[in-house]
Amino acid sequence: MTGPFSLLVEPFAAYPFMARALGGAMLLALAACPVGVFLMLRRMSLTGDAMAHAILPGAAAGFLLFGLDIVPMTLGGLVAGVVVALAAGLVSRLTVQREDASLAAFYLISLALGVMLVSMRGSAVDLMHVLFGSVLALNDEALMLIGVIVALTLGALFAFWRALVAECMDPLFLRSVSRLGTPVHFLFLGLVVLNLVGGFIALGTLLAVGLMMLPAAAARFWTSRVETMCLVATGIGMAACYAGLLLSFHASLPSGPAIILVAGLAYFISLLAGPRGVVRQRALPHRHRVA
Amino acid sequence: MLNKAPAAPNAVEFADLTLGYGSHPAVHHLSGGVRRGSLTAIVGSNGSGKSTLLKGLVGILKPMSGAISMAAGQRLAYLPQQSELDRSFPARVLDLVALGLWSRRGLFGRHSKDDKARLMTALSAVGLEGFEDRAIDTLSGGQLQRALFARVLVQDADFILLDEPFNAIDAKTVADLIALIGRWHGESRTVMVVVHDLELVRQHFPDALLLARAPVAWGKTGDVLHPENLLKARNFREPWDDSAPWCGGPNAGHDHDHDHDHIHDHQHHRQRDHGHHHGHAAHHHAQEDVSAPPHQVQA
Ligand SMILES: Nc1ncnc2c1ncn2[C@@H]1O[C@H](COP(=O)(O)OP(=O)(O)O)[C@@H](O)[C@H]1O
Ligand SMILES: [Mg+2]
Repeated sequence: MTGPFSLLVEPFAAYPFMARALGGAMLLALAACPVGVFLMLRRMSLTGDAMAHAILPGAAAGFLLFGLDIVPMTLGGLVAGVVVALAAGLVSRLTVQREDASLAAFYLISLALGVMLVSMRGSAVDLMHVLFGSVLALNDEALMLIGVIVALTLGALFAFWRALVAECMDPLFLRSVSRLGTPVHFLFLGLVVLNLVGGFIALGTLLAVGLMMLPAAAARFWTSRVETMCLVATGIGMAACYAGLLLSFHASLPSGPAIILVAGLAYFISLLAGPRGVVRQRALPHRHRVA
Repeated sequence: MLNKAPAAPNAVEFADLTLGYGSHPAVHHLSGGVRRGSLTAIVGSNGSGKSTLLKGLVGILKPMSGAISMAAGQRLAYLPQQSELDRSFPARVLDLVALGLWSRRGLFGRHSKDDKARLMTALSAVGLEGFEDRAIDTLSGGQLQRALFARVLVQDADFILLDEPFNAIDAKTVADLIALIGRWHGESRTVMVVVHDLELVRQHFPDALLLARAPVAWGKTGDVLHPENLLKARNFREPWDDSAPWCGGPNAGHDHDHDHDHIHDHQHHRQRDHGHHHGHAAHHHAQEDVSAPPHQVQA
């Protein structure tokens, strides 16, 4: 009996671990996708990737000290991410070096440190777990942590929305009317770290970036307003979580990569079919109006 | 001065102000005040410190020595020479202009119905009605400049600073924008505009400040744009001199008083003739802020 119900709903209804996975991933998408949109609009798309690597030694240290326990690993990752973000930001503000270069330097050091730490005590399996996580292993603690991260992120986004938009759109203007520019930049980097750490619990450090950036990149092809772009990205992210988990369930695939690959598919579809995508912008015959 | 003015007559006072980068001054020993409600053109050749002065006024650049004192409670609007506007940002013209509501609504204040009406009024004042839903990356240079003017309008500022707003703008748009500036002047706002076209300055700006790093002349436009002053301004040495002697420090600074003679004479003259209140502390070169880094005299 493979009706639509048993295909689309039953995996989540019958298996609590699937329901948890869906809940955790969807929550994550709610916060990570809008953050990804702002990363993209600030031309910092690759910063997410760098920050994800930067988190590693903190998570590894938590793992070394407390074993595979979500809370210490998360807090460790948070500390490492914030240290790298602050260090990179400060170097770029105090010296001639630009933020992309200083960030590259710090995240590479951080990454090497992380791999070194894991290899000191753990096995390759442990490293795989830290790098690629498992959305299927979300316990109550992990769900709670994700919930807190999402609440903090959405609260900060709503509260500082206007400043974030102004800082992205016209930073010099923001400086002429308010002193919020620099604090908002660092607050935003903090949100990036927070969401990557949240994503790392479920998806592992490497794939957490995928949920942040792919829906954002896809949403760019659908709309030309930030507000809608954030909503579209979140929608795509949530749909990818749902479809990815289903795919992983039915085809016995690892859940993290399945979610990210579905998001990647959404990106290709948007790239081709979105109103600002390739087809509409290039391929359709050009007719013009009189004015 | 013991006369009790009802409100500070000047929107801003410069007290022996030096602004610059590294150890090199870009605006050197400027003293004086800008009357509230005055309309001043800032003129001078490339690199003479015009943009630097505006950055100092906005607070983006801190004084190397001396001081800028703004009269309290003024709202400021600033249109930079090189806008850092990211035109690829997904926003409509309306969203761009709405940034101007910041001074009124801040971070949290809700935009009201009145605000929406204000935005539409501003757009039509710059001839951009019908553009409100256009994406900002589809505007021409002149249209964008008008949208930025609309944002200044929305800011409803008491003190308006425009840095070369007429660059690469067609004659009709310049006329429109000049009219807008005239309107601001009529509403007793204080306006300072960096302008290169001296004819435009003579026609539309009652006051002018001629810069050549050091101020060359400041006062009524007719007097400031005197050929003698213009020649003096043109002859200023633009490049930095890394071997220039240090300026300021204890008992130093009087060795280049001749640079300022003209402007000081001019200011005293203005004060007599027009009753303007100008600070004139410029002869005291000793720095108030001892921790301020020294800067070089020439450049
Ligand atoms: N960010 C900067 N860093 C260093 N020097 C600068 C900077 N901006 C301007 N300058 C220098 O300061 C001087 C004044 O520049 P500016 O105020 O921009 O001149 P302008 O009158 O053309 O607007 C010039 O010599 C310029 O080279
Ligand atoms: Mg300039």
